[in-house]
Amino acid sequence: MSILGNRVLRVEDPRFLRGEGRYLENMPLEGALAVTFVRSPFAHARIAGLDASAAEALPDVRVFTGADVDAPPFGPPPYWNINPGMARPLVAGDVVRFAGEIVAVVVSDDRTSGADAAELVMVDYDPLPVVLSAEESLAGDALLFPEIGTNVANFPEPDLEELDESLFEGCEVVVSDTFWSQRMSAAPMEPRSAAAQVDDDGRLTYWSTTQIPHTDRMILAGMLGLDPGHVRVVSQDVGGAFGAKTLEPEGVLVAWLARRLRRPVRWTETRTESMLGLLHGRAQRLEVTLGGTRDGKLLAYRLQVLADAGAYPILGAYLPNLTALMASEVYAIPKVEVKTVSVATNATPTTSIRGAGRPEAAQAMERAVDLFAAEAGIDPAELRRQNFVAKDAFPYTTPTGATYDSGDYEGALDLALRSAGYDELREEQRRRRAEEGPIELGIGLAAYAEITNGIGETEFGEVEITADGGAILRTGSFSHGQGHETTFAMIVAERLGIPVERVTVIKGDTAQVPQGAGTFGSKSTQIGGVAGRLAADAVVERAKGLVADYLEASTADVVLDLGRGSFHVAGTPEPSLAWGDLASRAAADGRLSELTVSHEFRGLPTFPFGVHVAVVEVDTETGKVELRRHVAVDDAGTLINPVVADGQVHGGIAFGVGQALYEEVVYGEDGYPLTDTFVGYAFPSAAELPSFERVEMVTPTPLNVLGVKGIGESGTVGATPAVHNAVIDALLPHGVRHVDLPCNGENVWKALQEARA
Amino acid sequence: MIPAGFEYARASSVEHAIELLGDEDAKLLAGGHSLIPMLRLRFARPSLLVDIGRLADLRYVREDGDRIAIGALTRHADLARDPVLKERSPLVAQVAEGIGDPQVRHRGTIGGSVAHADPASDMATLMVTLGAELVARGPDGERTIAADGFFHGPFASALAPREVLTELRVPTVADGVYLKHVRRAQDWALVGVAVARVDGATRVGLTSMGATPLRASGVEDALAGGASPAEAASRAGEGTEPPSDVQGSAAYRTHLAEVLVRRALERL
Amino acid sequence: MTQIALTVNGERHEAEVEPRRLLVYFLREQLGLTGTNVGCDTSSCGACTVLLDGESVKSCTVLAVQADGTELTTIEGLAEGDELHPVQQAFHEQHGLQCGYCTPGFVMATVSLLKESPSPSEDEIRHALEGNLCRCTGYHNIVRAVEAAARATT
Repeated sequence: MSILGNRVLRVEDPRFLRGEGRYLENMPLEGALAVTFVRSPFAHARIAGLDASAAEALPDVRVFTGADVDAPPFGPPPYWNINPGMARPLVAGDVVRFAGEIVAVVVSDDRTSGADAAELVMVDYDPLPVVLSAEESLAGDALLFPEIGTNVANFPEPDLEELDESLFEGCEVVVSDTFWSQRMSAAPMEPRSAAAQVDDDGRLTYWSTTQIPHTDRMILAGMLGLDPGHVRVVSQDVGGAFGAKTLEPEGVLVAWLARRLRRPVRWTETRTESMLGLLHGRAQRLEVTLGGTRDGKLLAYRLQVLADAGAYPILGAYLPNLTALMASEVYAIPKVEVKTVSVATNATPTTSIRGAGRPEAAQAMERAVDLFAAEAGIDPAELRRQNFVAKDAFPYTTPTGATYDSGDYEGALDLALRSAGYDELREEQRRRRAEEGPIELGIGLAAYAEITNGIGETEFGEVEITADGGAILRTGSFSHGQGHETTFAMIVAERLGIPVERVTVIKGDTAQVPQGAGTFGSKSTQIGGVAGRLAADAVVERAKGLVADYLEASTADVVLDLGRGSFHVAGTPEPSLAWGDLASRAAADGRLSELTVSHEFRGLPTFPFGVHVAVVEVDTETGKVELRRHVAVDDAGTLINPVVADGQVHGGIAFGVGQALYEEVVYGEDGYPLTDTFVGYAFPSAAELPSFERVEMVTPTPLNVLGVKGIGESGTVGATPAVHNAVIDALLPHGVRHVDLPCNGENVWKALQEARA
Repeated sequence: MIPAGFEYARASSVEHAIELLGDEDAKLLAGGHSLIPMLRLRFARPSLLVDIGRLADLRYVREDGDRIAIGALTRHADLARDPVLKERSPLVAQVAEGIGDPQVRHRGTIGGSVAHADPASDMATLMVTLGAELVARGPDGERTIAADGFFHGPFASALAPREVLTELRVPTVADGVYLKHVRRAQDWALVGVAVARVDGATRVGLTSMGATPLRASGVEDALAGGASPAEAASRAGEGTEPPSDVQGSAAYRTHLAEVLVRRALERL
Repeated sequence: MTQIALTVNGERHEAEVEPRRLLVYFLREQLGLTGTNVGCDTSSCGACTVLLDGESVKSCTVLAVQADGTELTTIEGLAEGDELHPVQQAFHEQHGLQCGYCTPGFVMATVSLLKESPSPSEDEIRHALEGNLCRCTGYHNIVRAVEAAARATT
């Protein structure tokens, strides 16, 4: 009986429960100096002067500036088509372009003296005009990079003017809206850390809180002029990342310093530093227009995306491509037009955070669909149902060029509506509307499809049988909370017929795992888990060969009894060789290494989908929104470990609700963020959220042997639009058709006031 | 973040504390939950901290005639469950219960919170609303300061540099309501409203509507003139200067004040 | 520098500390008890929660000098050898942790909560934990864990 699909408790839990998590800040590093970054409080300024003498007068303090750092700027890879002239210097040269940009680096004995010294670095700033508005940036009156001549990050610049004038011909109903998917911070509980050490023959060991150790190694080696083979990157336990923890200038500088000083160095950021320096996410303005017939057949959809990519555009400037790819979501809309442009602003650069471009697509489409429903007088659930891509239409290629693998959107809708008691909720809403009390009930739907393993990556998995008959899986994936030590162990254990506890998963160390794609984009199980599966299968084949030799049979006649974890000749249960006996025998013969096999699996993108139903209570006097219930159907194919999958969905929902109701990075007029602490940046606690109602649904993908897609971001993609729609649904009788995100008290109050005006 | 450096002295008595406070740049440390956050962000950089946290004789709640005397070092957690308060002045226990989170309430003290004079402090507003008497001891002896005149501005109180707030004396008030609007449960109030019937008059206090905790005098006048809760509440913004910050705009705060005043009065 | 003496997880310690030394850094760096984490600058997140004389406190908002003469319990002091504390066990069984960074804080806050309120309702639990932030779990399974721990300890 397969262990897959069973609720298996996590093998990695004990160390975290006991306070023995191997977070980088906990790692002893003898003789390490502390690195403290001096950061600009100004959003845009010329550095007229910098005096580090007071800082360097403190004992054992050294200060490095941009002039000292002989390393190239940190720029985007060419295939993101972002202007390379906007690459970020590791340390600011003569201009700073966002509050939080590094202007100097302090090295001292410890964090405390570093903080004291950093305060004493005197920087003379000549303020320049601050551009915080993406619209203003697009207009181009104040340029962040005068020598480039534009603030547009895309390279080549897209043509935004050529819209299809005939797009909405024949549409009896056309609705439109513009809203911001607001700037967010990933806000992982663990701030970033990095450490580095160079040994006597120049080999660099670099530790960091990164999701992508192997990619970081390649970039770091390139930037420092090193052979990647001489660079070891290690990521241990990471306290959450959500897409935002990858190699950044801070890490490169730590490595550069270790080489320059020939001493180990380490850095851990403060939360305030993180709110400025950890790259932000979302920050897309979404302009939607949706047209169709009066009885609800959707005919045409236009999405225009303006991305605020921050000061040195990087991945965030590329993500609108994913937004565009998923623009039509779950609907069979014949005509779809998408235009995207990304601009630079004097804000922290943006990157991927949970969903990375796909939540924006769902937010845009689901708002448009609800607007259409309200305008046409059609129930929002029915309008969706009428326009879904049909169950028998897969593989389905969208007008935007995405080929969806599998889906059952109507099934998800039915399941969600039934689980939520949709009809009863509408009935309750009718009753309460008749009572005209101050608290309105809102019911919001969101149907979505999303893309995981979006760039079709390859993952490495190697299974090794150890002398005692256990197994090691070396994976290029890197879990930082997602439970791979259990899930991947289950996948391998299932193929070998050994207990889960006998499979050890090794990850995160380029010295122990030769290659890897890392973890982001919800791709780990579908490429890393599958690679492990295929490697395990290959090991079984090799084992059969060995057994054939030992039992003097032909390989084709050897079978693996999964229930007992032992091999025998078909038809002859004894003699049998259990893994332990086989391994020790092979070891004695010097043949144990035959039972180590690696596999690289290249996966195609897969398309999880789902439907969320959110139920809110909106206090129309204060504007405050309370999320009463959240029902989530999220289908990401085969479930390896439902415990872990549930957890991913819960966390994803909370992240999505955070965007819908609570969170926003807010800049003051001067370009310094008002949300530089967890007081200002208000992501929800347990007191703000209900228990969630996750409903399992499994529609496997045909694209890999496990039938798995990726569930890590699904909860987020579905949750934000469901809650956003619920709030506006509550306020429809008051004439409200738009509420800015986040739907906090003030934004709801503003919307009510505007509707009354 | 790491605080800037400072000297530290532990007071063995209030008198000792007063002596130690001789240094102009010294600050008192009680529970530390107003001061230490400011130290960590380097917003406060005293040269000396005088720790009065061990003065156990400043921790008490007792009836004293028609008032309840509360020792300044009584923690919010203890106020929240104090039987005397719950019986004779339950609003104090209720407000204490809602301050911060359990960890904060295990350390934060009523004296520390009030002396810090943050206009966003629920307890400071309550003291003003109830017409509390604040007892302070300094080099020139002991004096009683009316709560109404205690708050001078943001983080500025009537306490002289070397004075220690030792006791807060609140009236026994049977009827009272405190409502606060927060983004998240753990947050400081965007706006708070305290309403209490003291000596036959309805007093209304506002949190986060100005440079100090305020009395909503427009509301009180209206009520004295027989206005309904809704009528009186429409005057909530009178004399206020609410801030605009990341939590909310001044206009929104004024609106919230009107709503919460009306609701609090209806509940009274 | 100031002399302090305190008991941590049953063991007595004497140390010299700078007055500005936060208790959380004293525990982590001077005593090597790195199980307690620092998650923020503003006493918002609770990752640093320990028990001081049996009650939950945020150790980032306590100076080490204030802990002189007290009894502290950190996450490392909960389990008895191989046997996890019922709260730790409940978090494991209910999948109340993912990356684990906030977990010591939540576990200690839960121990303190159940001491003061042995059978809390879901609403009480959510409000008792409002000073602890988690970004991974959405709190759903954390609440289940606290409920399970309450059942296990009554």
